[in-house]
Amino acid sequence: MAAAIFIVKMKDLIAVTMMLGIYGLLSASFFVAMDAVDVAFTEASVGAGISTLLMLVAVTMTARTEHPVRHKPLLALAVVFVTGSLLIYGTLDMPYFGSADAPIHQHVAPRYINDSMQEVGVPNIVTSVLASYRAFDTLGEVVVIFTAGMGVLALLLVVHRREDDEKIDSLNKSMHEKYLVLRIVAKMLIPFIMLFAFYVQFHGDFGPGGGFQAGVIFASAIFLYTMLFGMSTARRVINQSFIQLLAATGVLLYGSVGVVSLLNGKEFLDYSALSADPVSGQHLGILLIELGVGITVASVMVIIFFNFAGHTKSPQNKENKDF
Amino acid sequence: MNISSALFLLIGSFLCVSGGVGILRFPDFYTRMHAVGVTETLATAMILIGLMLHNPDFLVDIKLMIILVMTLFISPTASHALAKAAMHNDLAPVLGNKPDAKKVTSSNP
Amino acid sequence: MFLGLFNYWIVIVLMMIGFYIVIAHGNLIKKIVGLSIFQTSVFIFYISIAKVDGGTAPILTEGVEIYSNPLPHVLILTAIVVGIATTALGLALVVRIKDAYGSIEEEEIQKKDNLD
Repeated sequence: MAAAIFIVKMKDLIAVTMMLGIYGLLSASFFVAMDAVDVAFTEASVGAGISTLLMLVAVTMTARTEHPVRHKPLLALAVVFVTGSLLIYGTLDMPYFGSADAPIHQHVAPRYINDSMQEVGVPNIVTSVLASYRAFDTLGEVVVIFTAGMGVLALLLVVHRREDDEKIDSLNKSMHEKYLVLRIVAKMLIPFIMLFAFYVQFHGDFGPGGGFQAGVIFASAIFLYTMLFGMSTARRVINQSFIQLLAATGVLLYGSVGVVSLLNGKEFLDYSALSADPVSGQHLGILLIELGVGITVASVMVIIFFNFAGHTKSPQNKENKDF
Repeated sequence: MNISSALFLLIGSFLCVSGGVGILRFPDFYTRMHAVGVTETLATAMILIGLMLHNPDFLVDIKLMIILVMTLFISPTASHALAKAAMHNDLAPVLGNKPDAKKVTSSNP
Repeated sequence: MFLGLFNYWIVIVLMMIGFYIVIAHGNLIKKIVGLSIFQTSVFIFYISIAKVDGGTAPILTEGVEIYSNPLPHVLILTAIVVGIATTALGLALVVRIKDAYGSIEEEEIQKKDNLD
């Protein structure tokens, strides 16, 4: 909470971004204390990692500090106060923290907890609910991420010109010595980060993990490479149109699993139609859709980052490209 | 087993706290970076070793060992990157109170 | 009663701080930061509801009887990712506004719009 109050008071936007990262990390540790390990993993990687990075990139492209407010925000304070007190009045009826007989624990949750092992067969109940019982919601979520990537593409698309590359290349080579330590350590670390991303992806059935976290970690390995070696080198390693194709492929994979179930005579996204034994059909279905989710999330994050970082409104911003 | 793991955890947390005190009391950005970079790496190593000794299970130990190796790589590199960024932005270190002290500037044109 | 409802009140305070940042500050990036604080406070609300006293993480292991409720975990997992998608889109919009208007303070943008 102290972090949040700091954010209100501070005017320097980069400091605000760092405080937001600290706030994300604090809430991730709170989630661990609340036994929500999957959520803590996602919040730590997404909220405290990627979100801070994107904000930092946006702040460097716009203003650095905030203008002071000229009028007293009395009306805003009054509205906030009234809303807050109404909400507090509303919570007086709510069940106490941690009570086991709250209505939320009575209806669907016991069925998930008790029957998940027989019906789906993966130990991680969150993964089984996310990928099997509520797979349709997860399909919607993947489409939302894809749409956000397309939106960022529509707003910030960078038209890539060949002659910029040679100028940046010579600059990069002369800076190689300056960044030697960072570049060598990054080259050693990036394979391990990618390996960890694959581990999280496929281990999501047994521990915290799954497609989203894996996609974000994989994208962060690519961000590290881009930040240290320059945009033009990164563009040559990872082709822009290939990444867009990958993003669409992830969504397509997810949807086609559902359609294959339809074609086999069952309902949409009913995995028991995928193989002879229903439980192994569930395993196969979960594996495929988590793969689709991971591919889409990783490629959309890379698309967003490349378009943010490569966005130059005029030639004078070229020297900002080699971070 | 429990005594030694508790000992390592205590040493690790003491080092973390002393790094935090160093941030507050050192006069300059570079000295603060030095205080945090050194103590934080060693503190993380101590805490991880303490966790490894706490409940010796082979798979968990391997994972903790990998985290330890990664931290030994990443943490000093992060301090190096921060100091380099400060140097790039012409933040000069405080070099003492002698009247003929040299001013250090970055090698940027 | 105070201890039992304590977590809800903390969430409401955080929510109000985020709400206040959105409506009272003129800088567009600060508003997006406030929105992000608001979203995270809602996540904390849901996760604190899901906790059962004496339960552990909802991963089936030997010898554990009580698990915390996994359903809000699933919903919040989706919500976190959707939140970052909207934040990324909002930041892209802010960058484009800066290109078009030259500033990201709300009052200056409105002045420029009213002059045309």
